[in-house]
Amino acid sequence: MEFLITFVNGLSLGGIYAMIALGYTMVYGIAKMLNFAHGDIIMVGGYTILVFLAINPLVAIAAAVVFCMLMGIVIEKVAYKPLRGASPLAVLITAIGISYLLQSIAQMAFGSAPKFVVIADLGTLRIGGIAIGYSTIITLACSVVIMIGLNLFVKFSRTGRAMIAVSEDKGAAQLMGINVNNIIMVTFAIGSALAALAGLFFLLKAPTINPTFGSLPGIKAFTAAVIGGIGSIPGAMVGGLLLGLIECFAQSVPAIAPYTDAIEFSILIVLLLVKPTGLLGKKRREKV
Amino acid sequence: MMKGFQNIKWQRYLNYVAIGLVLIIFSSLALAGGLPQSTVFKLEEIAISIILAVSLSLVVGFLGELSLGHAGFMCVGAYLGGKVSAILVEPLGNGILTLLISLAVGGLCAGLCGFIIGLPALRLKGDYLAITTLAFGEIVRTIFQNTSPESFGGAIGLATPRFNRKYFFIICFIMVLVTLAVIQNLIRSKHGRAITAIRDNEIAARATGVNVTRYKLTGFIVAAVFAGLAGVLFSYTQSNVSSATFDYNYSIEILVMVVLGGMGSINGSIIAATLITFLNKELATVLTGDLAVLKDLIYALILILIVIYNNSPKLAGFREKYNLKNLFARLTKNRFSKHDADDTKRWDVVPTKIKMDALLSTDFVVTEVKADKPKEEDHE
Repeated sequence: MEFLITFVNGLSLGGIYAMIALGYTMVYGIAKMLNFAHGDIIMVGGYTILVFLAINPLVAIAAAVVFCMLMGIVIEKVAYKPLRGASPLAVLITAIGISYLLQSIAQMAFGSAPKFVVIADLGTLRIGGIAIGYSTIITLACSVVIMIGLNLFVKFSRTGRAMIAVSEDKGAAQLMGINVNNIIMVTFAIGSALAALAGLFFLLKAPTINPTFGSLPGIKAFTAAVIGGIGSIPGAMVGGLLLGLIECFAQSVPAIAPYTDAIEFSILIVLLLVKPTGLLGKKRREKV
Repeated sequence: MMKGFQNIKWQRYLNYVAIGLVLIIFSSLALAGGLPQSTVFKLEEIAISIILAVSLSLVVGFLGELSLGHAGFMCVGAYLGGKVSAILVEPLGNGILTLLISLAVGGLCAGLCGFIIGLPALRLKGDYLAITTLAFGEIVRTIFQNTSPESFGGAIGLATPRFNRKYFFIICFIMVLVTLAVIQNLIRSKHGRAITAIRDNEIAARATGVNVTRYKLTGFIVAAVFAGLAGVLFSYTQSNVSSATFDYNYSIEILVMVVLGGMGSINGSIIAATLITFLNKELATVLTGDLAVLKDLIYALILILIVIYNNSPKLAGFREKYNLKNLFARLTKNRFSKHDADDTKRWDVVPTKIKMDALLSTDFVVTEVKADKPKEEDHE
């Protein structure tokens, strides 16, 4: 019984991680950069929900998704686009700067104290001895739908196929008439929208938000993306679900519960030592 | 020619002389009893920041890899060094011997962690080191936070013995000089040239026979050791070492120092570390509560603007025209900076950067003509 509850919780948490990891992995695959500010987009989404919650929860969710999409596009245009073609180190440091900037702005606007964001009380499902929150089930269902939808989008739509083309060979894609700048913009927009939804699901799990709300989930989701193989969309999903399960099962054992974060990050380091490309990543040959 | 040669030597030791002078001035002030407690504390903090910034500069500026766990290595040094000093203070007293042993233990343990983290991450190309070091910082913090109260103090933090701190800043500054001596000599040696060659073009470096992984690992471990030493010094300046100090933001703050000082410039790192630590102290009294974040906001903006300005390919022409060196040259009518034309004079710009594009392009006659044009305009 206990096992089943932990399993469902783990899958649900893993679904959120997978959603964030998708943002990391898509941006990495297409723009070849590590978007450190991605985790803070989750926080931006959370605060947007807080601001618009007074009107209507559904309006708040829509507003968060739209605002985060715009935010993602603006960040890409202002901070990352000027650095296209510059050294990866410079892009990485700029991304960290953006992350730091978003956190500081949030703290200026909303203060560092945690704020309560109660979106809706969804109640608990009870079957026999099992009690699972409806929010957990909704999260799981939504993440499954989103993942399937994203997979279909990437595989079958024109934009999605252009995204794959750009991630495989930017120059050749450009020669084939794909507008690379637009594709990168779309990627950032989709990633940021997913981050906003992740923020929503985190708030359904635990209704408090503070300026560093997104940084730890962001780092963990990145770990998930690397575990699954960075640049690979199915990899991000597998990695996310795996990490969520590991986290929930580690937390269910009292002896190792305080060390949950350390365990998750240790898995990253061990994996890099054993299989640097991740579980589903492809090895790329480097050309001179 | 001879004159120019002597000039190099003098420039090379400029930073030792400057720090030595600062040390002499303040220690004579301290001996005369004219140094307030707050200045002593500030000096200690500045010295620790300099050690951290210079060691991170080796990784970020010279090795070209990003480390986001510098505070994690410092944390290892602070906890282990602090623990050793707490154990040794009974049998050995709080003299120089205790300090040396705890420095050795803290530095070695941090170096060992650097080896364990660097080995998987540095074999890979790309941003893996950044994320692994970030993970390492979190792991270290989590572990020390959850230790039992008897071993490392757990959530309350490790209590370290109290030392006489009146002259401790002298020891901190001596450590700064040691750090400078080791890291500068490393960079100026043939190993340092190999390290910068890896930064500039890894494939070319590998092709010329540089053992990339070994040199990357060496640079990274040296940086980790000095972060650990800074941690030990930090534990001596605190009555209680708390793991919450060494969070992600602290690593970022050290990174801001390195970027602000200029990548690949040790002297820049020293100046930026001094400036930022001093400002932090000053602003802490002015900005209180939620306003304190204004400082972080400014740091973030500085970080973004400097990096974009220095690296954007589109701004290359602008940079060429308006950089400080050229402005200086124009103001002094090229009197002083004529020799600077070749990189060999400046130790921090190790001449490994071969302009492959210029060498390979078939139309470099055209580019030469272009390069000459502005000069003609200047003559007019």
